[in-house]
Amino acid sequence: MRDVAIVSFAQSNTAREDRNEVEILIPVVQEAVKRSGLPRGEIGFTCSGSSDFLQGQPFAFVMALDGVGAWPPVKESHVEMDGAWALYEAWVKIQTGEVDSALVYAFGKTSSGDVAEVQALQLDPYCVTPLWPDADSIAALQARLYLEGSARTERDLADVAVRSRRDAMDNPHAVASGATDAETLLAEPYRCSPLRDHDCPMTSDGATAMVIVAGDLATRLSERPVWIRGIDHRIDPPALGVRDLSRAPSAERAASRAGVLEAPVDFAEIDAPYTHQELILREAFGLSDGVRINPSGGSLCARTLMSSGLNRIGDAALRIARGEGDRALAHATQGPCLQQNLVCVLEGE
Amino acid sequence: MAEGSGGEVLRGPHVLEYPYRRSLGPALGRFFTGLRDRRFEGIRSRSAGVIVPPQEYDPDTSEALDEFVEVGPAGAIVSWTWVTRPRKKQPLDHPFAYALIRLDGADASLLHVVDVGDESRLATGVRVKPRWAVERGGGIRDIECFELEETE
Amino acid sequence: MSEEAAPVTYIVTPVRLEYDHSAGNAATLFLRGLAQRKIIGTRTGPGQPVLVPPRGADPRTAELALEAVEVSDKGTIVSYSIVRVPSENIHFELPYVCINILLDGADVPFFHVLQNCPLDEVRIGMRARAHWVPDEQLAPTIASIEYFEPIDEPDVPFDRIREHT
Repeated sequence: MRDVAIVSFAQSNTAREDRNEVEILIPVVQEAVKRSGLPRGEIGFTCSGSSDFLQGQPFAFVMALDGVGAWPPVKESHVEMDGAWALYEAWVKIQTGEVDSALVYAFGKTSSGDVAEVQALQLDPYCVTPLWPDADSIAALQARLYLEGSARTERDLADVAVRSRRDAMDNPHAVASGATDAETLLAEPYRCSPLRDHDCPMTSDGATAMVIVAGDLATRLSERPVWIRGIDHRIDPPALGVRDLSRAPSAERAASRAGVLEAPVDFAEIDAPYTHQELILREAFGLSDGVRINPSGGSLCARTLMSSGLNRIGDAALRIARGEGDRALAHATQGPCLQQNLVCVLEGE
Repeated sequence: MAEGSGGEVLRGPHVLEYPYRRSLGPALGRFFTGLRDRRFEGIRSRSAGVIVPPQEYDPDTSEALDEFVEVGPAGAIVSWTWVTRPRKKQPLDHPFAYALIRLDGADASLLHVVDVGDESRLATGVRVKPRWAVERGGGIRDIECFELEETE
Repeated sequence: MSEEAAPVTYIVTPVRLEYDHSAGNAATLFLRGLAQRKIIGTRTGPGQPVLVPPRGADPRTAELALEAVEVSDKGTIVSYSIVRVPSENIHFELPYVCINILLDGADVPFFHVLQNCPLDEVRIGMRARAHWVPDEQLAPTIASIEYFEPIDEPDVPFDRIREHT
């Protein structure tokens, strides 16, 4: 296995962008490439994550290449997934030995369409989509199952929101932040019981870019490269009624295969767009209560669809690069109710 | 900032529309034929018991499945959420619940809607039965919704 | 009791998604220009290629290209195709010609439709100009240009436009 490190990361999240996708992406990619120290022309592979359904155009992702630089022709790939999966593909490409470096990017304008309808399209097209359940309602079905089957309460969910928003105050890329308390939040009406507004993600528009490099190149480029010590992703069955929604077996499996428990973790950046999902994942990863979760504020406070998973990985990497931790778990999720999960273990030198 | 833009960025509507006529295989064909005839068919699997809607393959072992089992028509709520402000495409135009419903005889649950008037009447375990649509043969909305079993 | 009817073999599940698109800075420049009977391209800076219609970036360098540059509404046809296939969205009579036209002042060709030219006279190198809608119908939309039509100017030799064909 080749050692691969993250050497730079940049992101942008705004509640609602007037710029088009390329205009949002260019400054973010330029920043990540500049901070990597690697000239654009020397990056071996380019891989992106996005969903055409956010723009409502087949092959919409191709237009983003204008903002990334595809001349002279580059080795390029795309996944119709969160950028975290583009990171995985880029990591695999480096493992094959074909390239030594990669630019990974992701973007999404959640505000253009009706995100509730767009997300309903990822469900079973025969039996579920024709009922047009919105993502919040789907998540709420899981939340109720989890609360009724565990010792957790709606107050535990509110505590996640309070902590996340407070931490987000230190994150210039968060979209929702602020000091509040559980009583205030719990006094609000349900959005879709048992979830309230604060239990649901603050969706945003934005873009994300990251440069990863192999082995010695990482130590030449970065004072403190952040090594990807393990990375794995797993998926659970799509049918909601077949799964035990109160658990995330694919997350447990991915974490185990990524080597999470081989050594203690200083903090974790978990892509939990809903508060109850953070609790489910904390249990899935076997993290003790002492481990700090989402010092960035997490996907609750900024959720650019298709970017938010990669943002968790990038936020974790930057924290380690700054010396605020040595070993972290970073996670990304896709699909309804934590159906698909990617886990990586990051370590600073 | 762009030169000569002389004002705000323009916005405009865009519609993406597809008709989608989906052919059904042996499992869903049997399920939707059953719905048209006001009947629920599930399928037996080794790993997940009786699954409804039926799938062609076991979700865990991938073996081909072929043992259909009639289930329901009534069942119990496994989980639910209350939709206070229905969106325009959603099945009902007044507040309702999305629910996972375990039909009698099934192990996996079916997602559908419950029309019950007031959220306070719902709880995990409450029994519901289908209200069939007048016109059927069109899919999952052959079930107009579920309602409390005690409803006349 | 089960009805004796043929099995259900398909279902119709239409999908209709509505979007409220922000055009972005580049397209806004272009569309506002059309409303004023102008064709606006952009470039990354002085001396750099003028791209039309502008999409916000110069794809060769991946830099923001938002400096507005007006180009002419006449130019040279660098490629064309004769369309014989009907489509609900097309209102031109079949067959019709779609063209890539290099507008004077632009560095990349612009896609549109050619009218008022017998099919056997369409050729690479020929000169054409936009036929705009009446002034009162001008609006921030590509439909402000109805079509292109030939003009009485000498053809441009192939060698001068070779790289765009």
